[in-house]
Amino acid sequence: MKRFIGFVKKEFYHIFRDKRSMFILFGMPIAQILLFGFAITNEINNVELGILDKSKDHETLKIINKINASEYFTIENVVENENEIEAVFKKGEVKAFLVFEEGFAENLHALHKGKIQVITDATEPNTANTIVNYVQSIIQHYQQELNSTSDMGVQIDIQTRMFFNTELKSVFNFLPGVMTVILMLVSAMMTSISITREKELGTMEILLVSPLKPVQVVVGKVFPYIFLSIINALVILILGVTVFGMPIEGSLILLAFETVLFIITALSLGILISTIAETQQAAMMISLMGLMLPVILLSEFIFPISSMPDLLQYISHFIPAKWFIIILKGIMLKGVGLIYLWKETVILIVMAVFLIALSIKKYKIRLE
Amino acid sequence: MKPEETVIEVENLTKKFGDFTAVNEISFKTYKGEIFGFLGANGAGKTTAMKMLIGISKPTSGEASVTGLDVFSQPDQIKKNIGYMSQKFSMYDDLTIKENITFFGGIYGLDRKTIKNKIKQIIESLGLEEVANKLVGALPLGWKQKLAFSVALLHDPKIVFLDEPTGGVDPITRRQFWELIYKQASQGTTIFVTTHYMDEAEYCDRVSIMVEGKIEALDTPKNLKTEYKVDSMDGVFLKLARNIE
Repeated sequence: MKRFIGFVKKEFYHIFRDKRSMFILFGMPIAQILLFGFAITNEINNVELGILDKSKDHETLKIINKINASEYFTIENVVENENEIEAVFKKGEVKAFLVFEEGFAENLHALHKGKIQVITDATEPNTANTIVNYVQSIIQHYQQELNSTSDMGVQIDIQTRMFFNTELKSVFNFLPGVMTVILMLVSAMMTSISITREKELGTMEILLVSPLKPVQVVVGKVFPYIFLSIINALVILILGVTVFGMPIEGSLILLAFETVLFIITALSLGILISTIAETQQAAMMISLMGLMLPVILLSEFIFPISSMPDLLQYISHFIPAKWFIIILKGIMLKGVGLIYLWKETVILIVMAVFLIALSIKKYKIRLE
Repeated sequence: MKPEETVIEVENLTKKFGDFTAVNEISFKTYKGEIFGFLGANGAGKTTAMKMLIGISKPTSGEASVTGLDVFSQPDQIKKNIGYMSQKFSMYDDLTIKENITFFGGIYGLDRKTIKNKIKQIIESLGLEEVANKLVGALPLGWKQKLAFSVALLHDPKIVFLDEPTGGVDPITRRQFWELIYKQASQGTTIFVTTHYMDEAEYCDRVSIMVEGKIEALDTPKNLKTEYKVDSMDGVFLKLARNIE
């Protein structure tokens, strides 16, 4: 045990004295999560809107104020005539226009029906999509308010002048993917690099000639990264919750357990890589090409697996990240427990055990 | 050299990788306090032979014991009783001298007090007082090697294996390094050293020369030179290599 503590201590010296390691461990995850997160959220933050209000009554004014008050939109331009809209779009001053029909409030009270048109700038289809969705939700909210204070049963029709698909990826769907990729990267890449570094420097030979058992060497090298990866996962979660308002609906304990399970799977992949790679550079390349690409492409992080060719769908079953993303989304967004996630959990456990066994076996072979 | 206590005993030791025989039935003995030179060209099998003796490679056949322990059945025991220094400089550049000694002392199971004494002793004997808390990476190569040698001896092993310890060092530093080796041998530690440098072979008590997996010559440098009728170990080596061809 004393030997083990000494070993772990030395490992921490390595990590804390190497600026590159520190950056990959802590700088990169924070940068990535903010980058990925804001790349999505920017689209719905203070988007410039134009208004064409043909009615100018108390209802349209209320709606306009409501939209202006939301953090998603700022009203940048008000035009008086339909002909001006195109010119404003061309200048790129606004991303979308809201057009209120003539006599909006009258129609609302007399016919219980009002019409609003959303015209979006289709050159950025994703942004356009998001805008329509957010405008819709604000107006629907307003409609509910109206209906709750009176029995009018009004309906505000929103017409959009743009073709759009309804399947919209939000930041909530995105963050679990980012978290998975970062954990995979940090855990697998850092361990494989730190083990191959000892090989490259020749110190691995010294350790193998010492009374330390190979398993002790590997565990001693990997242990600090379990610890640091857990801290990393915490940082990512805290950022997700505080900066992006990500919910954690389910059990925190289950979330912690699944995260540690995934970290261990990733670490054993790192050990496996280090048994193949002779140099730090090779370890880094194998980690990036062999782990990062499949994780990003085949984990449902960005691209829907269901629309992929059969072969890729089949391969995706072997990507631990895919299962972890399902688990994360389940716990954080849907708030489900182990009853719904046991299958994914068992798959991850089997993968972890298999990878650990394989890497220990490969490690022994290398020593003959 | 009085042949008294045997430290290494090797009989017909063989290592095969598939069809290739890297080490072919070698036999020799080394004794307490002896400096035993293990020579051979690259690929002659000396590294493979040494790996079997230090317990990280399993022999195919034959017999061998190190400090009375069997290499087949007790490799873990052997590891506790030997010191090892490899041709690649083998300490951590990003740790200080003290931290390196503490770490290696720790993995050999020394207690804190012993480690503390060792640190003091090593730093004093090598004159490293001013740099004791500096990172090892900042030291000149010659100092690093002396330090690595001291670290290999931390747990007072009966025998220390040096795998081309003086590679890439200038002649003056090499000589200083050999002075350390002599001092250690005179205290009863057996030194098992592989080297490329033929002038270093002259410093050894006895040398063995491996050619293509076999030990072709084994004697004191003086006797070898007489036997092959040459005036340097270089000559002995060349003659041996030619005979084989």
